Amino acid sequence: MASQARPGTDAGTPLLTREQAKAIADRVLMLSTAEQTRVNIVSEWSGNTRFADASITTSGGITDTTLTVTVTIGKRRASSSTNVLDDASLKRTIDLAMRLARLSPEDPEIMPELGPQKYSDVNAYVRATADLDPETRAAAIQRAVSASSAAGKPAGSIFSAGFLEASARAIAVATSSGLFAYHRTTSSEFSMTARTPDGTGSGWASSGARDWTAIDPSAIGRIAAQKAVASRNPQAIEPGMYTAVLEPQAVTDLVPLLAGALNARNADEGRSPFSKTGGGNRIGEKVADERVTLYSDPNDPKLLAEPFDNTGLPIARTVWIEKGVLRNLAYTRFWAQKQGKQPTGSPAAGGLALVGGTKSTEELIAGCARGVLVTHFFYIRALDPRTVLQTGLTRDGAFLIENGKITRALKNFRWNESPLLMLNRLEEIGRPELTAAGRVMPALRIRDFNFTSLSDAV
Amino acid sequence: MQSRRDFIKTTAVTAASLAAVGPLSFDSSAQTIAAPSADPAAIEIANEALNAAKSAGASYADVRVGRYRRQTIATREHQISGVTDGESYGLGIRTLVDGCWGFAATSTMTRAAARTAALEAINMSRAARAVHKHRIELAPTARVTGTWITPVRRDPLDVPIEDKIALLLATNEAALKVKNVRFANSGLQLLREVKTLLTSEGTNVTQTMIRVGPSFSTTAIDGGDFQTYEEEIAPRGLGWEYVESLNMPGNAERWASIAGEKLTAKSVVAGTYDLILEPTNLWLTIHESIGHSTELDRAIGEEANYAGTSFVAPPEKVIGQLKFGPAIMNVQADRTQEGSLSRVAWDDEGVPADSWLLIDKGVFKDYQTTREQVARIQKLTGVSRSHGCSFAESWNAVQFQRMPNVSLLPGTADIGVDDIVKDTQRGVLIRNRGSWSIDHQRYNFQFSGQAFYEILNGKIAGMLKDVAYQSNTPVFWNAMDMIGGKSSYWLGGAFNDGKGEPSQSNSVSHGCVPARFRNVTILNIARKA
Repeated sequence: MASQARPGTDAGTPLLTREQAKAIADRVLMLSTAEQTRVNIVSEWSGNTRFADASITTSGGITDTTLTVTVTIGKRRASSSTNVLDDASLKRTIDLAMRLARLSPEDPEIMPELGPQKYSDVNAYVRATADLDPETRAAAIQRAVSASSAAGKPAGSIFSAGFLEASARAIAVATSSGLFAYHRTTSSEFSMTARTPDGTGSGWASSGARDWTAIDPSAIGRIAAQKAVASRNPQAIEPGMYTAVLEPQAVTDLVPLLAGALNARNADEGRSPFSKTGGGNRIGEKVADERVTLYSDPNDPKLLAEPFDNTGLPIARTVWIEKGVLRNLAYTRFWAQKQGKQPTGSPAAGGLALVGGTKSTEELIAGCARGVLVTHFFYIRALDPRTVLQTGLTRDGAFLIENGKITRALKNFRWNESPLLMLNRLEEIGRPELTAAGRVMPALRIRDFNFTSLSDAV
Repeated sequence: MQSRRDFIKTTAVTAASLAAVGPLSFDSSAQTIAAPSADPAAIEIANEALNAAKSAGASYADVRVGRYRRQTIATREHQISGVTDGESYGLGIRTLVDGCWGFAATSTMTRAAARTAALEAINMSRAARAVHKHRIELAPTARVTGTWITPVRRDPLDVPIEDKIALLLATNEAALKVKNVRFANSGLQLLREVKTLLTSEGTNVTQTMIRVGPSFSTTAIDGGDFQTYEEEIAPRGLGWEYVESLNMPGNAERWASIAGEKLTAKSVVAGTYDLILEPTNLWLTIHESIGHSTELDRAIGEEANYAGTSFVAPPEKVIGQLKFGPAIMNVQADRTQEGSLSRVAWDDEGVPADSWLLIDKGVFKDYQTTREQVARIQKLTGVSRSHGCSFAESWNAVQFQRMPNVSLLPGTADIGVDDIVKDTQRGVLIRNRGSWSIDHQRYNFQFSGQAFYEILNGKIAGMLKDVAYQSNTPVFWNAMDMIGGKSSYWLGGAFNDGKGEPSQSNSVSHGCVPARFRNVTILNIARKA
C-alpha cells in the first residue's frame, strides 16, 4: 500500500481541492447559455471493510466525482448530472438540463439562484479518517474481534459481525450569480454485533465520528459481547406501557425522525403535528417537556455539519425546540419569502442535537423503579404523520430494570410510539453525547412507552 | 457447470410455474429494440484491469463496467416538483487472493486508472488475510458470452420528457376534481442500466436492463383530519408501453376518491379478525417475511450487523423440514419472469438466470444463493450450481447475494378475491402497501395498507381506517387457508430494497394471488395528539 498515493491524502488525492472544484465549476458556467446556472460537485472517497464470523467478507475502495448542473430559463428549471468530467460530457449534461428546462412547465414558486454568501468556516475534515487504509481497518477489526471474544467467553465462542467505513467528501456549489462555496468533511463509523453460540443472546455497539481516532474498536467489541452475554435466555413479559430507558443510540434512531415533521409549509397547510387547528402553525407553543432543547448548528464542535445546503444557502444555528417550546420550523426560500421568515434549509442540514440533561445512562437506570432498558431500535417506519407515530422493534439487548438495577434479559418488543408525544412523557434526560457524525443525543427515560407485542427475534 | 440432476430440477420447476402463473395484465410481446453490444473501449479497459489483477496474483477476478442512466420526475398538483437526469459510468473490480475478497472501483475510465483499481483490490484481498477464518470457494459455472436486453417496445428514457410531464400533470388534474382532495403527487422513476461483466474464467456478457416505476398519491383534508391514499402501481422491468397501459389520468379520479372516502371511514375496532389481503398488499408481506428470511447470507450470519439474521436457520435443521405454511403454499424464486424487476439473462457472476422453489407444498426447500454460498448447503439440497442471486447496484458497489423475484404461486381452484370475501364471516380486507416493519430475524411484523374494508357475513360492509395487522411469520403463513387462482395473480414489486453495508438498493418483483389468513391481530393505530 505504501507505494501508492492513497485517496484522501494531500499528495495525489482524488478529492477535488477548492481550486480544482472552482475550475470545473467555472468551465460549466462558461459553457452554459442558460439565464441562470448552478453547479453542484460532490467528490468523494470511501473505504469500507465488512466482516462476519471472524472473516472479512467484503471490502471496498471507491472514488467518484458527480457533477450536477441546474439551469433556469425564465421560470423553468431542471437538472442533469454526470460523473464523466471531460468537456464533451459536461456540454452534453448542460444541453440535457437545458432541454429538460425548456420542456418543463413554469414553476410559480421558483426562486432566483443565490449570489455570493458568507459562510462559517467549519473544520470537519480529519486526515486520520481520510487516510484509513485497508490494513489499518483490518487491524481495527482484529482488535474488536479479540475484545469481543474475550468479553464473550462466559457464553462460549462468540460470533461477531460488523462494518467499518471511512469516507471523505468535498462538496462545492457555484452559481452564475457569483456564488461559490466549498467544504470538505470526513466521516467514520464502526458498528459490531455479537451473538452467543446458543443463539439466545445478541449485543451491539456502534460509534461514529468525523475523526476516526475518536473511535475505540476494542470498546465496541467488548460492549457488544457484554451485551450479548447479558441478553442470553431472555424472558417474556406482557407487552404494555412501561417506563423505558433509551440508550443514546436508541434516541439517535428515534428523535431525528422529528426533523421531517418540522417542515413549515406542511404545518401551515394543515398537514403536520405542528399545524394549528383553524390554520397557521404552533410556533411559540409548548410541544415537549420543558427540559427538552433540540437544535441544529453546523458550527457546533460536536456536530461539525455542512455550512451550506445544495443551493448554497448558508446554514446557521437554528433552535427548533427550546425548553419544550416550538421556536422554529424549517422554511425553504420560497416559503420563507411568502411568510416573511428567514430561510433555514432542511432541519437535518446542520446536524441535530438534543440537550437538556447532565446524567449518565447508568444514573437514569439507577433512578428507575421498574422499566425496560433499550440498546437500540430496528426497522422504524412511520404510521401516522398527524402524530409522527412510528413502529419499530427493540434489538440486541432489552433488559428489565427493577429498583434501579438491571435484573434480567427481556425478549424483544415491537412498539408503536411517537418521538414527539414521548418527549412530553419525559422522566429524565441524560447527558448529550456524540453518537454518530452530526448527531448528539442523550439517554432518555420515558414514562409509558408503548410496547405493543413480543418478538421472537434474538 | 450444471449437473444433469440440477438441470432436471430447474426445468421442471420452471415449466410448472410458468404454466401456473396467469398472464401479466399487460402484453409486452412485441419487441423492437435489439440488445446493444459492449463498447470496445470499455472492454479494453476492463481487460487491462483483469490482466493486472491476474499478474498480481489473483486466483479469480471479475470486472463490471456499468453505465447507468436514471431519470426521475416528480410533480405536485399543477407543477413539477423535481426533474433529475443523471448518468453514472465507471468500473469495479473484485479479486480473490488466498480465498479473500477485495474490491475497488473508479469513475476514471482509463487503462491506468483500471490498473490502479486492480492493484487496490488486490491490496484489499491481502489485507483481509489478517481476519480470515473462512476461505472463499466458488461453485463452478460455465463460461458464457452474449448480450441481452429487457424486452421493450419503447425505451422510457427515449420518450420526450414533455409527454411524461403531461401525463403526470393530467393525472394530478383529474385527482384534484374530487371533493376535499387538496394535494396530488405523481412521479416516474426510470432506469437504463448497461452492464458488461468480464471474468478471469472467460465470461464476457453485456446486458441492458430497463425498469420503470410510476407513482401516485393524494391527500384529502376536512374538519381537522387528513387522509392520504397511495395507489399501488407496480414498478416493472418493462418499457414505456407499460406506463401508457396504466392510464393514470383516466384512473386518478377514482384513486383520489378513496382518500376522500377515508375521511369518513370508521376507525377500526382493534381485535382478532380473518384477514384478506389483496395481491397489492400481500406482495410486500411476501417480500419481507419470505423473501428476506430465505436469503442464505442472513441464515449464516453475514448480515447480522445490519439487516439481521433469519429464523430460517440453521440450514441443516430447516431444509426439507421447516413447515413454513400449509400445503397450498408454493413459493417460487426466479430471475426469469417477464416484466419482473429482477429479470436478467445472467447475474453479476455470469450465472444464468434460474427459477426454483423456495417453499414446496408448505415446506422450506432451498435458499437464494451465489457462487461462494453453494458449498454451504450443497449436501442438503443436492444443488451444485449457484441460483444466480449475485447483484451489485452500481459499478461502484461490490456484488453480493440479493433477492430474486419471490412469488406465491396460484392455487389450483381458479377463484378470486370476491369468492374469498363471500366465504368470510367477519374479516378485514386490505389493499395496497402502507407502513411496514419486521424484526431482524423476520418473525414479528406489522403492516398497514391504503384502503381497508370491514367484511361481515360474506359481504363488504364498509370502509375502515387506522388499520394495521401484526403477526409472527410462521404463525401467519400457517394460518393461510384460502388462496386465489391463476386469474387473480398480480405482480407487484419494490424499486428500492436495501441490504448490505454499505447499503445497496435492489429492484425485485413479487407475484401473488389474494389470500385469507385466519384470526390475525388487527391494531388501531390512531393516537390523540
